[in-house]
Amino acid sequence: MLWSVLSAFALALCAPWLVRLRPAESGWILALLPAALSLYFFGQITSVALGVPVVESTPWVAQFGIYLSFYLDGLSLLFALLITGVGALIVVYAGSYLAGDAQLGRFYLYLISFMGAMLGLVLAGNLITLFIFWELTSISSYFLIGFRHREEASRAAALQALLVTAGGGLALMAAFVLIGIAGGSFELSVLLQQGDLLFAHPLYGAIVILVLLGCFTKSAQVPFHFWLPSAMQAPTPVSAYLHSVTMVKAGVYLLARLSPVLGGSALWQWSLLSAGALTMLLGAAMALGQTDLKRILAYTTVNALGTLVFLLGIGTETAIHAAIVFLLVHSLYKGALFLIAGIVDHETGTRDIRRLGGLVTRMPLIAALASLAALSMAGIPPLVGFIGKETIYHAVLEAPVAASFLIVLAVLANIFLVVAAAMMTIKPFFGTAASDLDAHGGHGVSAAIAAGPFLLAAAGLLVGLFPALVDARLLTPAAEAIFAQATIVKLALWHGINAPLVLSALTLAAGFVLYSRGAFLARAAQWGGRLAPWGPDRWYRASVSALLAGARAQTRVLQHGYLSLYIFVAFAVVILLGAIPFWLQGLPPLAVWTEQVQFFELIIALLILAAAAAAIRSPSRLGAIVSMGVIGYGIALIFIEFGAPDLAMTQFIIETITVILFVLVIYRLPSYVELSSRSSRIRDALVATAGGVLMTVFVLAALGAGTESRLIDFFAEETYPAARGRDIVNVILVDFRAMDTLGEIAVLGLAGAGVVALLRIRPGKSASRRKS
Amino acid sequence: MEILLAIVIGGLFGSGIYLLLRRNPVKLVIGFALLSNAVNLLIFVCAGLTRGVPPLIPEPEIRPLAEIADPLPQALILTAIVISFAMLAFTLVLFRRTFETLGTSDLDELRTTDQ
Repeated sequence: MLWSVLSAFALALCAPWLVRLRPAESGWILALLPAALSLYFFGQITSVALGVPVVESTPWVAQFGIYLSFYLDGLSLLFALLITGVGALIVVYAGSYLAGDAQLGRFYLYLISFMGAMLGLVLAGNLITLFIFWELTSISSYFLIGFRHREEASRAAALQALLVTAGGGLALMAAFVLIGIAGGSFELSVLLQQGDLLFAHPLYGAIVILVLLGCFTKSAQVPFHFWLPSAMQAPTPVSAYLHSVTMVKAGVYLLARLSPVLGGSALWQWSLLSAGALTMLLGAAMALGQTDLKRILAYTTVNALGTLVFLLGIGTETAIHAAIVFLLVHSLYKGALFLIAGIVDHETGTRDIRRLGGLVTRMPLIAALASLAALSMAGIPPLVGFIGKETIYHAVLEAPVAASFLIVLAVLANIFLVVAAAMMTIKPFFGTAASDLDAHGGHGVSAAIAAGPFLLAAAGLLVGLFPALVDARLLTPAAEAIFAQATIVKLALWHGINAPLVLSALTLAAGFVLYSRGAFLARAAQWGGRLAPWGPDRWYRASVSALLAGARAQTRVLQHGYLSLYIFVAFAVVILLGAIPFWLQGLPPLAVWTEQVQFFELIIALLILAAAAAAIRSPSRLGAIVSMGVIGYGIALIFIEFGAPDLAMTQFIIETITVILFVLVIYRLPSYVELSSRSSRIRDALVATAGGVLMTVFVLAALGAGTESRLIDFFAEETYPAARGRDIVNVILVDFRAMDTLGEIAVLGLAGAGVVALLRIRPGKSASRRKS
Repeated sequence: MEILLAIVIGGLFGSGIYLLLRRNPVKLVIGFALLSNAVNLLIFVCAGLTRGVPPLIPEPEIRPLAEIADPLPQALILTAIVISFAMLAFTLVLFRRTFETLGTSDLDELRTTDQ
């Protein structure tokens, strides 16, 4: 399985090169890998159906419990098949859809790396691995939404999607770390076997809320749904693949995956139920206010994601069956409809349902496929959408809480879905076109572009007629993985006349009545337009601009460009932080007066202090430099007095060179003029005094804590036997710590080179002359 | 003696900080020199003072005869003296060049990158 993920990334890297080599056939060639992978996963069906998950593990950062491990059970397998199978169709479709685009290679690079990331996400057997793939899907989605990066709307939509999903990703990372703490492992196989160990843990509530934040943002649940319709700026193959069939279901996948570990509490159930129900209803209702084919599809996708979360929230055996069935159903019809919307856009140049019409005469095959997919969406037998809706009604009717209320919501949402399906097909394909619609343009529908919708719509019909193709082998293992108990998904078109069938008939009838009353739709569109500016999109915009304004304001305050103020703030903060421990805990024992001060030592100390004062007060540069030299020589005398002749020698030499250097350049340097105001001098003097006092206290405190060295004995014993030297300081420098000295020489050499460069090379001469 | 030297260190730190905060580049460089000296003295004093016994091994012994001054801080300070000299020289020449090129002696006028 590791290879299946890695091969996708490898192919992504080769894609731009391949496109340059064979631009016309690149789609077909690149689709070979996803097709082969889907065959590989198809071959795994039998072994997974036995109920034993396939686990592979490679150590990665083993000391932190992070393994590159993969876990294939029924749930992962269903997703893996969707990702690779639909992926192959999308790759072929995109080759034709974006034919001639100069950036096709880059597009494939993003698209196929997304496929690898998504595959890794659903196959990951370690939470940290899963998280990394999760973030990779967000990032590749960002690039794909912003593919038309010259358009501002695309860039804004890409950023919005990234901020929302990556924000949720942060919450998810926190959740995973907490799960690792509470459950003792990041491995899914371990966590899933622990059952409800996490349930009783004190961190449980925090874990659930953080997981839900991550999943709800990724799967566009209300109130985080707004990024999904904006993401329709992406090229249509991307909308079909990422924002309908795969990536947006990652949140649903994770909820399903963690259901056995986290599910079952009231918190979990009610959060999923309420967010899911709201999203289901609002998504379907808002779809009716749209006129753009892709935006209608986007809102119905929001509805579908809400439905899935809603069903997981109900959490009963039948609800999980319904979720799994609907997952497949939705992928088939929504993938087909998205691809058809792309074809319509391509052929007519518009996706506006008010202008489209009569497409059946121009593309009869596409019209037939669109009808099939829309019938499945509306839930009409014998298509698989009918089975999907029946199982949903069945599950909701059996819901343990508030069943009668929930069924009203579900039926209402499905009525809207029927209307949306009718809106997208009846008028555009069979109605009359707006007079200005380009009736002759278009490129003709190629095999590559028709293959995707054909296979998806046909699969919808086939599975509807023969549900036994999938229920036992594919859907049952997936449902078992969520339900964590043995369960059997059994699907059939005809169950006899029962409550779900009656509700289905009611839904259809109500849907068609609503659709046939044009006034209703017009009013829905009106309401949609009126409410749109008040949605969460507005809050998103407001918070982004507030963030930017805050960043600008603090930059203006902090990055003012005055060097002396930067230094002032740095010192003031250090002094404050250094003083806080003394202030909180009182002074530690300070050094006491032990050694006698000899007279000339007192003179040296006073000389240094006087010279320091003179360096500050001196009105001339030369005076200040001489004072600096006096300080240096004074310190050298202290070194001599306290047993450090090497230091004294170095200090004498360096101090002399420094003074000479200063004197050499002094007439090239600005002379002293009074620059700062009296108040700023007082302010600086206060900070400087505080710094000096603090350092004095530090020294006294350090001395009070004792000064025994543990290393003197080592150096005293080892210097001669080990290094044959008699000056211990020298031996440390050239032998024990020789590498340090080498580094020091390198620094000296670099500084010397810098000095020479600054003195001799003059690139800016002409520029400065021009300026003056 | 330690207390006297602690006061000297405080004085050097204080004047160094004050000079670093000036707008004249010469003062800034002098402040930098004072601060390096203060730090060297700080390490020297905090490691403990031993009057007059340099860390040397007389011929023909193989270890020092008496208790010696701690050699490790001395090695550290020796390195620090040389490094701070390198930095000081570079800063000084850099300011000289800046002054030559831009003709200003006020650090507050160097606020933007394009002059």
